[in-house]
Amino acid sequence: MSTVPEELKFTPSHEWVLVEDDIATVGITDFAQTLLGELVYVELPDVGDVIDQGEDCAVVESVKAASDVYCPVSGEILEVNEALADEPELVNDDPYGNGWLFKIQIDDLGQLEELLTPEEYQKQVAEEAH
Amino acid sequence: MRTALYNQHIALGGKVVDFHGWDLPLNYGSQIDEHHAVRKSVGIFDVSHMTVVDLRGAQVIPYLRKILANDVAKLVPNQAMYSCMLNESGGVIDDLIAYKIDDQYFRLVVNSATHDKDLAWLEKWAKEFDVSVTEIVDKCIIAVQGPQALTLVSAIFEIVNTLKPFRFVDQDDYFIARTGYTGEQGVEIIAPIAESQLLWQKLIDAGVQPCGLGARDTLRLEAGLNLYGNDMDETTSPLTSNLGWTTVFDGERNFIGKQALETERANGVQSVLVGLILKDKGVLRTGQKVVLDNGREGVITSGGFSPTLEKGIALARVPLPLTSASVDIRGTLKSVQMVKPNFVRSGKSVVEMI
Repeated sequence: MSTVPEELKFTPSHEWVLVEDDIATVGITDFAQTLLGELVYVELPDVGDVIDQGEDCAVVESVKAASDVYCPVSGEILEVNEALADEPELVNDDPYGNGWLFKIQIDDLGQLEELLTPEEYQKQVAEEAH
Repeated sequence: MRTALYNQHIALGGKVVDFHGWDLPLNYGSQIDEHHAVRKSVGIFDVSHMTVVDLRGAQVIPYLRKILANDVAKLVPNQAMYSCMLNESGGVIDDLIAYKIDDQYFRLVVNSATHDKDLAWLEKWAKEFDVSVTEIVDKCIIAVQGPQALTLVSAIFEIVNTLKPFRFVDQDDYFIARTGYTGEQGVEIIAPIAESQLLWQKLIDAGVQPCGLGARDTLRLEAGLNLYGNDMDETTSPLTSNLGWTTVFDGERNFIGKQALETERANGVQSVLVGLILKDKGVLRTGQKVVLDNGREGVITSGGFSPTLEKGIALARVPLPLTSASVDIRGTLKSVQMVKPNFVRSGKSVVEMI
């Protein structure tokens, strides 16, 4: 099992969050992309969409299946990763880097407390892998 | 269950999944790379899970003319044919390939998911004819598919050079047929286990790409080849499954399901299997609803992403008459192009995208 980046926070539904001030960059974890297999299409929210925590706001489609992405925090979409339109495989190749999905203006920084630490997420993944 | 090539799959990094009770590789890393290898060069598949049944007896021809919708009477020795096996109501029990070895000896290759009911049906009807039904279990089947497949295989088995599509040879333990499930040239080789393991290794050592179930599915979907259980089953007839061409009605022959099909034809076929191409980016998925412009609805029977077209494609059963159509993707209607159910052959797109 690969390790997860220490600077990130996670959701039980396999999204990762990188927080810089009040902006969160969101993607799906390495575990999630491995499980899904090769991505062939990513449907992203529109810039300006206002999304609630836990709402499905993106879809990642692999050769095998479509999977919803749930928004880790409430807020307004500031930017989406346009490169994924032509290169959805960036999510497979670099899930924590060039494969990011969207950036969101965080409404309530308190919601970050609900997210998992790398250790907690790692533990969950270890359990799910069995 | 495992095929005799299971250890080879693990050694090659195959990601093994359960497929109707068989542990088979979904892919060996990249399903898309495997798909392209078959379209552009050559790939090999372990399809040993498929059921092989030998039929022998003086009445094997009348028997097969009774239980198959296609007519084995037109076959010469060493020729094979695709057919449906129907129930009395014209539904498809399974689809298969029948190989004529001689007038008293045929071989069938049928699906693995339908193994038990196929054998039960074959044995039930064999009682009424002088025919023995023997399943061949100690074997492997290796499919070698792609534009370079024949060159590759004929370096090992020279006779393959002269083999035409749907012809086969049966010599020295190797049963080699010009058949496949990819829309490319190639062969399927049935051989005893030890010989199969050697052959597989020889092909891998020659650098051939091993391909898993994932690529097998996208290749057959691009080629518009039906998957039993998805695109047809016991509730659908060949006439609504783009398989009318495999049913032979002429003459006195009274095959099982014939009457039901004749009634269906006389009343007018109500729905057909078509191909769909998603105009926008995205993927079509099995089970999605197809909405015609006249308000009537159909369903995607097999959907996926076409690596060759880089588009979402599908086979769908839709009611006649055909109109332009959309597919309901997560609550949004997306426009699709309706085409004949055949997207890619011999490495090239056969559809004109609008």
